[in-house]
Amino acid sequence: MALLEARDVRKLYGDVCALDGVSLSIDEGEFVSIIGPNGAGKTTLVNVLTGLARPTDGSVRFRGVDVSVLGSVRLARLGMARSFQLVNVFPGLTVAETLAVAAVSRLGRGSRMWARLARDAEVRGRVEGVAALFGLDDKLTRQARTLPQGDKKLLDVATAFALGPEVILLDEPTSGVSTREKHVIMEVLVQAAERMGVKAIIQVEHDMDIVFGYSHRILALHQGRVLADATPEGIRADPDVVDTVLGKRRP
Amino acid sequence: MIGGVVLLVALAGVALAPLSGETYYLTLMLPFFGYGLALLGLNLLFGYAGLLSFGHALFVALGAYTAAYLTSVFGILHLEVILGVAALVALAVALPVGMLCVRYVKIYFGMLTLAFGMLFYSFLFKFYHLTGGDEGMRVLRPTLLGQTFASLEKPAFLTGPFYYYGLALLVLGTLVMWRIVRSPFGLCLRSIRENPGKAESLGVDVQRCRLGAFLIAAVFGAVGGCLLAVPTGLADPLLAYWTHSGNLVFMLLLGGFDNFFGPLLGAFVFIFLQDQVMSLTQYWRVVFGAILAVIVIFFPRGLMGFLDRRRRAGA
Repeated sequence: MALLEARDVRKLYGDVCALDGVSLSIDEGEFVSIIGPNGAGKTTLVNVLTGLARPTDGSVRFRGVDVSVLGSVRLARLGMARSFQLVNVFPGLTVAETLAVAAVSRLGRGSRMWARLARDAEVRGRVEGVAALFGLDDKLTRQARTLPQGDKKLLDVATAFALGPEVILLDEPTSGVSTREKHVIMEVLVQAAERMGVKAIIQVEHDMDIVFGYSHRILALHQGRVLADATPEGIRADPDVVDTVLGKRRP
Repeated sequence: MIGGVVLLVALAGVALAPLSGETYYLTLMLPFFGYGLALLGLNLLFGYAGLLSFGHALFVALGAYTAAYLTSVFGILHLEVILGVAALVALAVALPVGMLCVRYVKIYFGMLTLAFGMLFYSFLFKFYHLTGGDEGMRVLRPTLLGQTFASLEKPAFLTGPFYYYGLALLVLGTLVMWRIVRSPFGLCLRSIRENPGKAESLGVDVQRCRLGAFLIAAVFGAVGGCLLAVPTGLADPLLAYWTHSGNLVFMLLLGGFDNFFGPLLGAFVFIFLQDQVMSLTQYWRVVFGAILAVIVIFFPRGLMGFLDRRRRAGA
């Protein structure tokens, strides 16, 4: 059974068809990139896969369970995490508190009103572990709003990892950061995934160096449809994808 | 460290105040205990969960009317029982009201809580045979821990045993709230205040946490309402009126809602400032309006924010 599977997903926003019969299957150990021009439906697909948007038709199943039934809160607790396209942090919380939100949620302790968070060794262990993986361990007491942009992005991604997910969906994990920082973030991200036992990574990405450098498989979207679903070599060899998505003609 | 010392000195000052024999000022401290508790709850909702209620007086009035009903209708005078029943009544009312209100945020949440507050006020005002209408209901002197203190006149009772009872309740409520805001639940509330969408994506059940905060705030409001009603001996429909909710928000802004102790400072300063300004001019509301404007414009973090900034500047 696939870890995450979408079948014939359609998503309409009024008369606009954002996704039109998209099917996708993610297995354990895969790093899949979703590419496509602006308006191709990439973020909509991530939203549908993570239960944030309900498909108009078709189904999405995570570990065999219908995602639209679960909702984003239960999905997160079941082991699916995501980061957002724009930097999305808790501005007034410190780095440690931000990571603790995810840890507390994953451990199912969010409704404990009488427990002392500061004395929860398990939460602290998770926070310190993830912070160390992402190089944020020397910034644990800093408020998220005071971090530089690259660190904010790193914190956003680290928070998704602090959930201890099986599948992680990253919507442009390197957007808004410098070229040098992009590779740093990707290296950190891949190493963290290995160490934390993340079973699959799905990312939406525009930077083709990143896409082709890290992906096992690439899904190319165009106008809400799957243009191609292949290995990086297969994608490079596909003239339609080259013309439509990569933006350069083969010689 | 400095904060802890200031807190201990303040607590010692309040605890030793009855020795001064200044009955008038001691009676001013009694509403401070009640408002302090109500504001701790309101601040859990606003300062921690980011939901500003304009109808919190509903629960204060609910506590006062519970005290009135139990003492003057059912003859139950044990204050511990009254407080417990008030808390349960508040939970029973807050559950359906909260389930509806927490589905909304910002101004919509504020307006909805205001609407429920005014609904309750209208009920108190119009259902004369049940609530005494505009005359309100009497709240008889309760027993404290089974003691009647029958030998004490009312002023001596209020500034003696009841004073310490109210202080003990406020200290207990403060400790309970301190624990709640430092719990995993408290952290989830703050994450919701900062970014509800992100919190939800991390598996935080946003509406459930908001409802939890709403229920706790209601209980603190009702317990505070009981303490407010005993000194006046009256449960008055004006306790539920929107201006009373407005006063609670004023106290919160005055003290500072992003500091745990801000609401307590706000309640204290409001009560004594109101007393002083009212003795100077009948236009005290004009003065208070101006003060509120100055706070919002120049000290958006309230008095605690101002003191904190001065302390940091001096450090």
